[in-house]
Amino acid sequence: MKCDMVVVGAGPAGSMAAKTAADEGLDVVLLEKRQEIGDPVRCAEGVSKAALAKMVEPDPSWIAAEVKGARIYAPDGTSFVMTEDRAGSEVGYVLERKVFDRMLAMKAAEAGAKVMVKTRALGLLEENGVPTGITALHIGEKMEIEAPLIIGADGVESKVGRWAGIDTVLKPQDIEVGAQFLVQDVKIDGEYCEFFLGNEIAPGGYIWAFPKGKNLANLGIGIQGSRSDPGMALRLLQRFLKEHMPQAKILEMMAGGVPVSGPIESTTSDGVMLVGDAARQSDPITGGGIINAMRTGVMAGEVAAELVPQGDLSREALKIYEDRWRDTIGKRIGRNYSVKELFVTLTDSDLNGLVHSLGGEDVANLELKNLLKLLAKQNPRLLWKLRHLIR
Amino acid sequence: MLVINRYKCGYCGACVGVCPATALELVETWLEVDDSCVGCGICTKICPLGALELTEEVEA
Repeated sequence: MKCDMVVVGAGPAGSMAAKTAADEGLDVVLLEKRQEIGDPVRCAEGVSKAALAKMVEPDPSWIAAEVKGARIYAPDGTSFVMTEDRAGSEVGYVLERKVFDRMLAMKAAEAGAKVMVKTRALGLLEENGVPTGITALHIGEKMEIEAPLIIGADGVESKVGRWAGIDTVLKPQDIEVGAQFLVQDVKIDGEYCEFFLGNEIAPGGYIWAFPKGKNLANLGIGIQGSRSDPGMALRLLQRFLKEHMPQAKILEMMAGGVPVSGPIESTTSDGVMLVGDAARQSDPITGGGIINAMRTGVMAGEVAAELVPQGDLSREALKIYEDRWRDTIGKRIGRNYSVKELFVTLTDSDLNGLVHSLGGEDVANLELKNLLKLLAKQNPRLLWKLRHLIR
Repeated sequence: MLVINRYKCGYCGACVGVCPATALELVETWLEVDDSCVGCGICTKICPLGALELTEEVEA
C-alpha cells in the first residue's frame, strides 16, 4: 500500500493530523492498533470548553458533563474555587472519550483518510537510512505501507520516535502514573471538577474527581513516577475512596501514564513528526493532554500539506513544525514544567498555607503568576526557586 | 527477569514509556517483554497497579 502520509495512532492527535492533511488533499492512512478506537480509556476526560470549541463543534453525544470550574483542596481540607465565568468561557467539559475519539477518527475518515483498526506498526521501512514507510501487522497479517511522511501519534508508549532515533524515554520524575475509578455515589456534586493535593494523598501529583453526570464521577490519582513504588497509585486511590466515599460503587477501572517532561529536545527526524503524548506535549502541571494533542495534530497536518507536494521532508524542512509548536504550546509547557518542578517540592504545610492565604483573594481572575507571587510572599524560602517564574 | 502479572496489568503503557531499553510493547491488552530487557526495574517501580516484578532466576 502507498500513500502520502501514514499516521500511527488514532487518538486526538493522530485523528486531527489525519483530518487536517486529508482536508488539504493528501492521501492519508490512519492506523489504530486497537480493535476499538478510544477504548479502553486512559484519561480523566476533563477539557477546557473554549479551547475545544475552537477545534470541533461541541456535541452532547460525547459530553458527559459541563462544570462551572475547579475546586482545589489543600491537604487539611481547606478549599478554594476557581471559576472562569469572569475571565471568559473557560468552563470545562468532562468528555466521553470512547465516543469522542471515534468521532474524531470519523472526521478524519470523512475528510478522505483511510482508517485501519487492529493494525499495529512494527517498524520503519528505510532506504539509505531515510524512512520510506512502515511495516505493520493488520489483523495478524504483515503488510507494508509506503509513505514519505510518518506521523507518530502513538501515545505515552510511543515507538515511532524511538525507531527514528528520537529520544522519547520518560524519566520516572517526568511521568505521572495513575489509576482511576468511574464511581457512583450520591455525594458527588456535579458542579465542579475537584482536585485534592497533598504528599500523603498523592505524592508529586493529585487526586481528582471529575463529574460525569448525575452521581457519577471519574475519581483518579496521578503520582510522580520517581515517588512511586509498585502498585502505589492504586493503593492510595483505594484508601482515598474508603475515607471519602465509603458508599461509592465502582463501575469501571483504568490505569494510565501521563508525560510531564515539558518540551523534549526533538520531535522530528527525516520523514517523521511526533504529535501529542508521543511528543510529550501534555501539560506538566495538570497532566491535561487532549487540547495540546489536537492542536499539534492540526499543526503537523498543515505542515504535511505544505511539504509533501514539494517533496522535501527532511528534518531541516520539518523544522517548521518544531518552530510552530514550540512557539505556542512549547512555551507554555516549558514554563509549566518549571512550576511543576517547584510544586512537587512543596510540603503539606506549604500547600495548606497557600490555600489559606487565598481565602481573601478574588480567585476568579487569579493567574498562575499571581498565585506564585502569593506563594513566594508567604514562603520567602521559595522566592529563589520562583524568581524566574514571577518576573 | 521481568515477570508480568496479567491479572493485575491494566495495560496502560506507562511502563513502555519509561523503558530505557525499548524492551516493552503494549499490544491492545497484552504487554510483551523481549530479550532486550536489561532488568533495570524502573517499570516495576512506576507501575500504578503493581503488575510487574523482577525475579532473580534467569531464563533457561
